[in-house]
Amino acid sequence: MIEFFNSLSFSNCMFYMFSGVIILSAVAVISVRNPVYSVLFLIVTFINAAGLFILLGAEFIAFLMVIVYVGAVAVLFLFVVMMLNIRNRPLCTINRQLKYTAIFISGIVGIEIFFLTRNWGKFSGKECINRVVENETVSNTEMIGQVLYTEYFYPFQIAGLILFVAMIGSIVLTLRKRAGVRRQVTSKQLYRTKENSLILTSPKIGEGVQ
Amino acid sequence: MSIGTYHYVFIGAILFYLSLLGMIINRKSLIHLLVCLELLLLAVNINFVAFSSAFLGIRGQIFTVFILTISAAEIAIGLSIIVVYFRNRGSILVDDATTLVDDATTLVDDAPKGKGSIHDIS
Repeated sequence: MIEFFNSLSFSNCMFYMFSGVIILSAVAVISVRNPVYSVLFLIVTFINAAGLFILLGAEFIAFLMVIVYVGAVAVLFLFVVMMLNIRNRPLCTINRQLKYTAIFISGIVGIEIFFLTRNWGKFSGKECINRVVENETVSNTEMIGQVLYTEYFYPFQIAGLILFVAMIGSIVLTLRKRAGVRRQVTSKQLYRTKENSLILTSPKIGEGVQ
Repeated sequence: MSIGTYHYVFIGAILFYLSLLGMIINRKSLIHLLVCLELLLLAVNINFVAFSSAFLGIRGQIFTVFILTISAAEIAIGLSIIVVYFRNRGSILVDDATTLVDDATTLVDDAPKGKGSIHDIS
């Protein structure tokens, strides 16, 4: 126990804080009934995961996490959740079959954690962490750029293509034409000429336009 | 005891487990399912970055970028499907998705509630 408190340097304290908040807010995400609160706890989880990534020396991934998830995905979630005006989630009811599934998954994760514990010494220790930060001469972002745009050029292009397909797909899915809505048709407007839209008359008094 | 890769992998495993558990207990709400899917991908990302930092490689972080791309695309498509579904049906509960069932009400009511019944829900 004394050894534990002696090892509490700044980065260790930050690790325990970030990971504690991550686990607590993940529990809140899966157990809160209101979807808006659930998405807000998801944002907390992502911000703290970005803190963990900074501790690991991956600044680029950390800021990407904040920008992409907190800035885009979570806002998209909140937008949809608030737009749909949905009820709270129904109370969870666990039947027998589902209980077996839950026990099965818990068993798998328990075995995984058991094997991790057996190999404790292999991956723990200060030689593993922060060496990327200490030893490198180029920054993390520059390293990623040097590898991503050369060695992983084709996967990068395919990722862009996937994002493009997702954009087209979501636009096509949510686009709808409602009847009775007046719209501006530019081609029809441009097709009008003076001859087919303008008549000059001089009606006599008492007769009006014929 | 200093913080090593073990701790990060441990956090990733716990987060993965929590999100799977969330998928099980929130299986009736599509929004909650998508949120749990995001948590799952976050756990995978933590593992990737932890091992990338442990083995002094940059490849793990690059794969994290790709996972971020895929998850963003998946969320966009999933949320638009949810919006269209809500527009058509007025509800996004998984229990209400009974369009393909032949005759939903009679099937659920008259089905045998025995041991092997497919309607042995709740």
